[in-house]
Order: sequence, then structure tokens, then C-alpha cells
Amino acid sequence: MRNVALILRREFASYFATPLAYVFILIFLVLANAFTFYVGDFYQRGQADLRPFFMFHPWLYLFLIPALTMKLWAEERKSGSIELLMTLPVNVWEAVVGKFLAAWLFTAIALALTFPIWITVNYLGHPDNGVIFASYLGSLLLAGGFLAIGSCMSALTRNQVVAFILGVVACFVLLLAGYPLVLDAFQGWAPETLINAIASLSLLTHFQSITRGVLEARDVLYFAMLIGFFLFTTAVAIDLRKAD
Amino acid sequence: MIKTEHLCKRYPSLTAVEDVSFEVRPGEVLGFLGPNGAGKTTTMRMLAGFVTPTSGHASICGHDIESEALAARQSLGYLPEGAPSYGEMRVGGILDFIAEVRGLDRARKRARLDYVIERLQLSSVLDQTIETLSKGFRRRVGLAQAIMHDPPVLILDEPTDGLDPNQKHEVRALINEMAREKIIVISTHILEEVDAVCTRAIIIARGRIVADDTPMQLATRSRYHNAVTLQLESREKLEAARAAVAALPQVAAVEMSEREARLTALPRAGALILQDVSELTRRQGLQLKELHLESGRLDEVFRTITA
Repeated sequence: MRNVALILRREFASYFATPLAYVFILIFLVLANAFTFYVGDFYQRGQADLRPFFMFHPWLYLFLIPALTMKLWAEERKSGSIELLMTLPVNVWEAVVGKFLAAWLFTAIALALTFPIWITVNYLGHPDNGVIFASYLGSLLLAGGFLAIGSCMSALTRNQVVAFILGVVACFVLLLAGYPLVLDAFQGWAPETLINAIASLSLLTHFQSITRGVLEARDVLYFAMLIGFFLFTTAVAIDLRKAD
Repeated sequence: MIKTEHLCKRYPSLTAVEDVSFEVRPGEVLGFLGPNGAGKTTTMRMLAGFVTPTSGHASICGHDIESEALAARQSLGYLPEGAPSYGEMRVGGILDFIAEVRGLDRARKRARLDYVIERLQLSSVLDQTIETLSKGFRRRVGLAQAIMHDPPVLILDEPTDGLDPNQKHEVRALINEMAREKIIVISTHILEEVDAVCTRAIIIARGRIVADDTPMQLATRSRYHNAVTLQLESREKLEAARAAVAALPQVAAVEMSEREARLTALPRAGALILQDVSELTRRQGLQLKELHLESGRLDEVFRTITA
């Protein structure tokens, strides 16, 4: 646990050692607000809630999160620092979890910095703050899921651009797993149970059910398992191919 | 103690290390020599737990590198080839991180940080990021990282690469100072370094150990072992001197450098020719600038063995 905390701290500090952290936060805030007001018609709807705000999060994350995770392992490989890290008395899983948590903590901070919109909506009306809280939690879980997927894609390559593209594609497929765009590829030949299983993997479905204000155990469990699965895969990929 | 038994590493397209077995005991400084791509780095990476052996075993201080990987790594200080590090981090930050991961408590961490910073002269760059450092400083940060927890075993892959002569001298002095109670394995392709710090040398070629001996014993394998080199005051009598030296019964061959007016007489196997050669020069009345007995040339042994 101590090692996880140490790696988390080192990794987190390294975000702020480069312009990456500031650029990411700035772009996230600008885009999140721009979508809310210009595409989501925040004012025109005349309703005191944050639906137009949260509804764009999956699409923002789709590109921003892989940009954040692409360097997670690919850069360690490229610069060779993975040899330093993996010859310290640290378990692979400790490094994987530490790096993941650092990235998650970072996105949590970016998300927390959207608080002015919460203040705005409370100033303008009387929103259901329970729903808003659940939505923030859902957004954070969604970000965690994307981060775990991105971490796994970054572990597979030493090229950051490849890691980014793989990350976007993997996130996109899982995001829309319940929608015809993905399901049509299986329709007609795959058994019904498989199609249902794939459909139930949809990140978007689980995210939307949380943002409706229904914080169900199965949705939280879904995200926890998704994160667990991809972190486990990351650890296996690193362990098998750390020197390649 | 480091112990390896029949260590092998095979990749689909090549065998990097084949059947490498050796033991290193405390107080020994083992130099790993070999041409580029001979398997030095792969062997060291296996010992450090970064590359998994295809077959064979290795242990560090009794801890198997695979089944007790963490214990093995804890007793080991490792400098990877090229001293990779986190480019965006500051030197002070990275040393602090290493000290924490190595589990040093507060007082010991302070003491060890002070020691490595002083010993490797890093105080002037503590606030600089790794990517802005010169090659020499990067290497020294890598060394500082490796010795941070004062480990019983040190594995250093090309520790003096990229250092200037003064820094090389400093690092060799550091290695010699630590050598008394530690086990140290270094790889190098600088042969003078073997003479300067190693008590033992293993030469690897094409993944196999081809020689394992003390540097002095290795030098005796050289054609130049017990050869006599003499340099004349002028070139005039050089040709005559060469013929006379070559005619000595114990001399196998003579090499001549006309520009420097220098002759090197190679002895027949096991023969000692210094006496004969010096008598001959006296008899012939040759004016000598220099006359010396060679102990053997490691670079020549290296080339012969690994070619």
C-alpha cells in the first residue's frame, strides 16, 4: 500500500511538472462549459438541473482521457524509465494501481473545478442536488473506466500515438456497446445471450442510469469490475512484456 | 553472494544469453566484458529482475530472482544501461522518491541523501530536471539512485560511460571504496577500467562466457605477456637492432614501429627474454630511451577471444 501511495505521489507530481496538467484542465473546463451552454441549451431549457452539463461528459472523456493515459506506460517504455521502476522493490500491481490512481485523482480535480456551474444552477433555481451529486459520482466512475482502458492500451505499446488511438477506439466501442452501431456487427450470427451480454457492457447505459439520479449498486459494481479488469490486464501486459 | 546457474535467454530470433554460470562473493568486483550485443546487458537485466530468464536460475544473497523477486531486488542496487530516469522530474525529487521506495526511515534517509549527494557531487543540480542534465550528471544521478540504500550487491551497467576523465576517476574511487564489503558487478568496454577496479573479469561473446579470470591472469594469455619493448634514441640503428633481437634464440618475433624507433620482442612460449635483450643492447652499444617489460595487453586478449 505504501508503494502505491509513493508511486501515486510521484506520478501526480509529474503531471504538474509539465504543461500537460494545465492544458488538460483548461481544455476540459472550456469544452465542458461550451457544450453545456451552446449545444445543451442550458438557459433555454428553463430547468434547474445539470443534465445538459453531464450529458456531454462521455464524449469529452472519449478524447481527453486517452490523451491523458497514452503516456502512462508507453512513455516509460520509450524513455527506458520502466527499467528503473520495475527493478525497484515494487510489485507490478502496485505500479499499475499507483499510476491509475494518480490519473484518477487528477481527473477528479479537473471535475471538481467545474463547481461554478453547480453554484450557477443553485443560484438560478432549486435543483435536486442529490441527482447532481450522483451525476458527479457517475462522471467520476466513467472517467475511471476510461482511464483503466487507456492504461491498458498504453501498456501494449511504446508509441504514444498508437496508445491514444487504441484508447479512443476501445473507449468508443465500450461506450456504445448497447447501441446499434456496435450491436449490428454481432446481429445475425451471434447468439442472443452474447448480444445481451455485450449490450449490458455499455458504459453509456450505466452512466445514464446513474445521472438520472438512481445510484444502483449494480452500476457502481459494473464500473468497479470494468476498472478491475482493465487494470489486471495492464499488469499482465506489463509483466509479460516489460523489457520489449 | 550472486549465483547464476545455466542462465539462458532466448528470443524468437536470437539467443541472447546461453548457459551462463558464475558466482560472485563479497569483496569481489566482477567486470563483465564483451563486444556490443554479446549479452552483458541481458545478463545484468536478468539479475536485476527486469528480464525473465528462459531457463536456468539465479539468486542474489540467497534470494531467487524469480520466486523471491522483491527480496532479491531489495538487496540489490542497479544502474540500468544508459541510466534511464524520469526526464521531467528534478534530481532532488527523484532521489527522494528512490529513498522512500527503498523504505529508508527518516534519519537514515537524510543521512543517505546527504552521502550520495556529496559523494557524487550532485548538490549543484538538485533543482534541475533530469532532461536538462549533461550525460555525466545523468549517469551520476543513476549511480546515486543505485547506492541509495547501501545495498550488499551492486550491478552497474556501464557506470562510467559518458563521464570525463576526472569523473571516471571519481566513480572508480567510489567503486574501490565500496568494494571491500560489497559484491559489485560492472559491465564495461573500457579495458583500462578492468585493471583499475576489477578483481575478476568475465568475457562474454555471443551469449557465452569465454573467459573467467583475474585481469592479471587474462593478460598472461596475451602474445605480449613478458614481451620486451625498447625505444632507440635514433632511427639509424633500428633495422640492425631488429635483426639482432630477432636472432636471439628465445625471441619468437619482433614488431617494429619505425616512426617511434620502437621494437617489441615477443618471447617464445614461457620464455623470459628481458635479460637477453638488455645484454644485447649493451653489447651493441645501442642508445636507449626506454626499455620495459610488458605484462600483456588486455585489449589484444579481448580481441583474440571474442573475434
